[in-house]
Amino acid sequence: MLQIQQLSKKYKGAENFSVSNLSLNIEDGEIFGILGPNGAGKTTLISMLCSLIKPTSGSFLINGLNYTNNKQELKQLIGIVPQEYALYPSLTAYENLHYFGSMYGLKGKKLKNTICDYLDKLGLSEFSNKKIEVFSGGMKRRINLIASILHQPKILFLDEPTVGVDVQSKNVIIKHLQKLNKEGTTIVYTSHHLNEAEKFCTRVAIIDHGKIIIKGKPSELINNKENAHNLEDVFIAFTGKELRDHV
Amino acid sequence: MYKLWNSAYKESLLLTRDLGGLTILFVMPLVLIITITLIQDSSFKSINKTKIPVLLVDNDKGKISKSVSESLKEQNLFDVVYKENEEEARNLVFKGAYQLAIVIPENLSKDLEKKINQNVEGVLAEFGLEEEGKHPVTSEIKTKEVRLYFDPAIQQSFKLSVKSSIDKMISEIETKSIYKAFQEQLSDEESAFSFNSEKFISFKEITPKLDDDEVLPNSAQHNVPAWTLFAIFFIIVPLSINMVKEKSQGTFVRLRTNPVSYATVLGGKTIVFLVVCLIQFMLMMLVGIYLFPAIGLPTLDVSGKIFLAFIVALFSGLAAVGLGLLLGTVATSQEQAAPFGATFVVVLAALGGVWVPVFIMPSFMQFISKLSPMNWGLNAFYDVFLRNAGLSEIILDLLLLFLFFLITTTISIVYNNRKNAV
Repeated sequence: MLQIQQLSKKYKGAENFSVSNLSLNIEDGEIFGILGPNGAGKTTLISMLCSLIKPTSGSFLINGLNYTNNKQELKQLIGIVPQEYALYPSLTAYENLHYFGSMYGLKGKKLKNTICDYLDKLGLSEFSNKKIEVFSGGMKRRINLIASILHQPKILFLDEPTVGVDVQSKNVIIKHLQKLNKEGTTIVYTSHHLNEAEKFCTRVAIIDHGKIIIKGKPSELINNKENAHNLEDVFIAFTGKELRDHV
Repeated sequence: MYKLWNSAYKESLLLTRDLGGLTILFVMPLVLIITITLIQDSSFKSINKTKIPVLLVDNDKGKISKSVSESLKEQNLFDVVYKENEEEARNLVFKGAYQLAIVIPENLSKDLEKKINQNVEGVLAEFGLEEEGKHPVTSEIKTKEVRLYFDPAIQQSFKLSVKSSIDKMISEIETKSIYKAFQEQLSDEESAFSFNSEKFISFKEITPKLDDDEVLPNSAQHNVPAWTLFAIFFIIVPLSINMVKEKSQGTFVRLRTNPVSYATVLGGKTIVFLVVCLIQFMLMMLVGIYLFPAIGLPTLDVSGKIFLAFIVALFSGLAAVGLGLLLGTVATSQEQAAPFGATFVVVLAALGGVWVPVFIMPSFMQFISKLSPMNWGLNAFYDVFLRNAGLSEIILDLLLLFLFFLITTTISIVYNNRKNAV
């Protein structure tokens, strides 16, 4: 589904590469977790895969297509759940979803039914006519997710989809993502929640300084690392304990 | 097309949800146009109807100062306040208590009479018409100076207008005195031939006509088109803020991942903000037609002009929206978009001739002015409202406005595509 070859990104004026010669294959139907400390290059990687920023070098194919030759087809194929809410606060949940759905060419009853269906599944039916500005963080996250999956993407990129939400909302989001995956959507997601990733992902890659340090099934990574009881132990063992504050 | 209409629908929702912003968008231009017209109309009236208090220091106490005083009163322009002391008058004017003081010098009447008599006698002597035994005596008479004091705060245009009015009045008094001197020299009898000192040459302003009706321009005909254009161009501020907000909210990031072109996104904004411009225009017209006469301002005459004026507003709106799209594309924060947009509109208005007519600008600025879209819009509006022009006469300005829209929008699209190229 996703083949990344020696992908690199260096921002203008930056000393180091945010993503450096990164190669990775993600199979169809996987739930792949990209884990790493702050500034490791997770968001930069996702942004390149979603055509938001231009790679400095390297290439990647999604479902055999690249942005140079198949931009519109690829955009129809992917979904992205950005870290920000990416919604219009003064529009209602329904209006937001209708607008973003229509940008994928969805229309009429099909669009309306899809929106209502997702609102129902994610427990937001009764709030469909409320403005986003009055929603809680968890509710916004769920709408943010729906806006990205209305067109039933083949591959869904999620950048910290559960950050800043309560346990209940987190559970609803994760359960729904698992359901989507079962229905055939490949999921690539970044997170700081290592316990969540351990349970949710079929495979993970821990990246630091723009490079993959280790990748594999969570259980394999835990078993292969001495004294590791969970993914967090593996993560600390490979990325260290020092703070990663930088500007 | 489906995506374009949905984009336009979303923009209309965003706009109507911000009721405060929408009110400001429609009400503030109306407040502006009413205020400006009231001020300009009252300053127009102040020269024609309202009397300006003027200090008169009469050091002459003769016929001339009496004539000056009477002429000032007759002109219905000034309210004469007499002062004995020049210094007191000067202080009052320089402190702003009065706008003007006129100081008539000592012996003005006597010396003027003497000077005129000398000249007249000299002329008559040339023709051998001097009285017997009387030979013209020429003694040197110093020129007299009528001193004017102006409040330093008053505008140059007002000063020039008052100066020319006083100059004209004094010339008339001088001419009458010359006629009188000739008459006295040529005849001793009161009932004998008298010079007709009435003006022989007069002037009449010929104004444009519409269906044989004379069109008299008034402050509304001047102000409404000019400030309507100003308000239309102010759309660049909310439009650019709208675009910058999308960037900061993250919705623009989402749109970039959606299969929709930037041109479509801009198209949706163009439709909605153009409609806003046209509503603004219609409201301004309604205010000019119905509200102005109700508050004592001249009525805006739109008879036979409204269609063409609407076309001008449409193309001006397009040019303004194009500029707003470009600013919104390039700006990265509201702090950049709002002050730059507002200041730039003021600069464009100044260059376009909204405040100061282009013909009185220096030649270099006149050239720059021709590059301002507001100048093209203003020309087209004035052609329609004041010169009774037809479509063929405004087509060039309309084309320039449309071209400006196309160029700014194309630059926006190219800039965005290059910046976000992957």
